Amino acid sequence: MSKSWGPHDIGGQEGGPIDLSEHDTAHWEWQIDAMVRLSLSKGLISDFAELRDGIEHLTQEDYDSCTYYERWAKSLAYTLVSRGVVSEQQLADKIDAVRARQEAQGLA
Amino acid sequence: MSTPLFSVGQQVRIADRTPPVHHRVPAYAKGQVGVIERVCKLHGEPEKFIRGDGKPAQRLYRVRIPQSGLWQGYDGTAGDDLDIEIFEHWLEPTE
Repeated sequence: MSKSWGPHDIGGQEGGPIDLSEHDTAHWEWQIDAMVRLSLSKGLISDFAELRDGIEHLTQEDYDSCTYYERWAKSLAYTLVSRGVVSEQQLADKIDAVRARQEAQGLA
Repeated sequence: MSTPLFSVGQQVRIADRTPPVHHRVPAYAKGQVGVIERVCKLHGEPEKFIRGDGKPAQRLYRVRIPQSGLWQGYDGTAGDDLDIEIFEHWLEPTE
């Protein structure tokens, strides 16, 4: 659809069956939710619309393969880096540190 | 407070454009003709403040579009409408 803006803009298109199964919110998903709300309340990001914009800039492949909070996480990381709150290097270092910790705990 | 450009009952067309930034007009509504159902309040408009141009308040309208005009072969109840809230700068008069 030529008028479509981003991978989310699919209103009216054939969408296939809807997954109605219940699922619990994982601890990391609450953490992402908390980070989003803290970033808003501390003024690090201006508005939910800014995060929406980040989500809508995901590639179709990323958008389709990510869950709800994975999209939030990607958008928050992108927004905080582009606003200079954290650097790409700091983010990469933290991801490495968390991965190493999880591997040490046998979680990854 | 700015004076509304459009009034209840007026026919309008929703602009057919796709700015590369979060905007609150779905693809299916672009280029559609509807009628102003009500004049809403002013709200912060996302396209500008995402670009870093502050958060100017813009007039919102509720626009009523017949479902039969939106979807090819619509076979729901006759007279079904879609009401959708659209910012003023997305609306143009049809005449």
